[in-house]
Amino acid sequence: MGVLGWVLTNFWALLFTALVALVGARIAWRLHRYGATRKELSHILRRSPFYILVLVFCSFALAPFLIMFLHTFKTDGDLYRRPQPFVFRQEPTIEHLDALFNNTAYLEFIRNSVGVGIAVVIITLLLSLPAAYALARLTGRWGERAAILMFLVYLVPPTLLFIPLFRIVVLLGLKDSPWSLIVVYPSFTVPFSMWLLQGFFKAVPPELEEAALVDGYNRVEAFLRVVLPLSLPGIISTVVFTFTLTLHEFIYGLVFIADTSQRTLSVGVPTELILGDVYFWQPLLAAALIIAIPVGLAYNLFLDSLVQGFTMGAVKG
Amino acid sequence: MASLALPAFPLDNRRLVGILFLAPALIYILLLVGFPFFLAIAFGFSDVTVGNTSLNFVGLRNFQAVWENDIFRQVFETTIRFTLISQLFILIFANILAIIFTQNFTGKWFARFIVILPWATPVSLAMIGWLWMLDTKYSPIDYLLLQTGFLGRGGILSDDRNLFWLATPSLSQISVIFVQVWRMTPLATVILMAGLSSIPTDILDQAEVDGSRFMRTLLQIKLPMILPIMVIALLFSMITMFGDMTVVYVLTRGGPVDYTRVLGLYSFQVGIEGGNLAQGAAISLFAFPLLLAMAILMLRTASRAEVR
Repeated sequence: MGVLGWVLTNFWALLFTALVALVGARIAWRLHRYGATRKELSHILRRSPFYILVLVFCSFALAPFLIMFLHTFKTDGDLYRRPQPFVFRQEPTIEHLDALFNNTAYLEFIRNSVGVGIAVVIITLLLSLPAAYALARLTGRWGERAAILMFLVYLVPPTLLFIPLFRIVVLLGLKDSPWSLIVVYPSFTVPFSMWLLQGFFKAVPPELEEAALVDGYNRVEAFLRVVLPLSLPGIISTVVFTFTLTLHEFIYGLVFIADTSQRTLSVGVPTELILGDVYFWQPLLAAALIIAIPVGLAYNLFLDSLVQGFTMGAVKG
Repeated sequence: MASLALPAFPLDNRRLVGILFLAPALIYILLLVGFPFFLAIAFGFSDVTVGNTSLNFVGLRNFQAVWENDIFRQVFETTIRFTLISQLFILIFANILAIIFTQNFTGKWFARFIVILPWATPVSLAMIGWLWMLDTKYSPIDYLLLQTGFLGRGGILSDDRNLFWLATPSLSQISVIFVQVWRMTPLATVILMAGLSSIPTDILDQAEVDGSRFMRTLLQIKLPMILPIMVIALLFSMITMFGDMTVVYVLTRGGPVDYTRVLGLYSFQVGIEGGNLAQGAAISLFAFPLLLAMAILMLRTASRAEVR
């Protein structure tokens, strides 16, 4: 286990040291920059409750993830016999990670989720890119009403639709096929991304399109050659959030697909890695954590752009 | 040349291109949301099951049967209670967090990553973590309480070594509400952050010039200005939570007895697991008037905010 084992067995000491070192370094930097005056010291003191508040919120948000992380590497004996959940009494092990990838359908779930996600993103973009442009620029009043209708549609919860959709899926012979999800998921990703893209398109200065029209482009060409390239960052963030929406979806995935080899991550992990009353806790917790971290990073990276798209989308143009 | 110029002409027509661009998305949505929605209503008035697919009109029988069912009454009440109580906490925490994250401070990027994590993680996977956190025997929370003397012999909360989070009526409800608050607060935070950052800076600058302190600016300028957005955030997360069944599906399956059974889960259990599609549809339709009312309220708030 080497370095990882050492980090894990000394986890809390290392975390605490890192936190103290960071705070110390920051204070030292401020004192060095602004001088160790009374004013500066009282400023640091006045700021500290704010940081403690941040720390409290972070601890609450992070708690289950920390537990997931530590438990991934615990041996069965360490986990179940006279449990001490926060420390390692036995040497950390990666055998459960190994088991997760080699003895379970986890990799298949990942493959299914990625496949469904990519297909849904493509359909969503094909439908919502032109539609969002129409809402942002081409249609007047009735376009606004269509936008509101779309928003209402996004609010219709899957729990209201899954029963009739289940019948339709069975009738079409798509039960147990990822195609059922590929066809149905755009029903919520299209309204979502239309709303978002509309905001990004409104942010493109109309003068640029006017210039393109004067230069002899038609509307469609102006959209394809001027508006799309300029909105590329917004489109990328739409892709990221659309993909994660499909990753999150649970109810349709649970109802439409009963075949283990076809299930997606969000359904497969909680239903297939639990055998009756037997929970394979370490692989389960690892499976959840491995997905949570990259999605969390993606959300944080694209959050500003999401906020910008939604606020622009809400402003009447 | 003329044959080339002719097809280009319609593509310059703003209205026509608008319709052409919008039509595919609208048709797709109508087919996949509108049609199933009316089918759900048709199911509610029929006797369709998984085995028997013929639709026979039975009038209000399903709705009547559901409404007179004691379990349904309890489920409906539980759903509303969960939604209202958790919204209260979500609103408080989201406001605090939104104010925190519209300030500049060291480590903001990392703190934001951590705070968003509960919302970013697929719900069903995050619930696995909570399933362990609230485990009957191995709960790390119980372990902490045991070490600090709240549990165990002579403990303040209980003489037992465990609290049985998901196995007792009141604690199971508290657990579900807590977990919902945990996972939904970031969404409301993001919506409120959008509201706070859209306040024109000249108003805030003027307040500063006039000598307004942090708390005063917050209470008299910022909070009143984002009130409409707060209402939107509230209704948005209420609607999301009202239609959710994932949390209780993974954590409790509605148990102990019926204490954490919510509308979506009940409709799933009757409609899909029990095979009675008609009654399952009728159950979920009971949510519709409430959802519609919330959506209309939300849109009215939004349009009124724009007029101002």
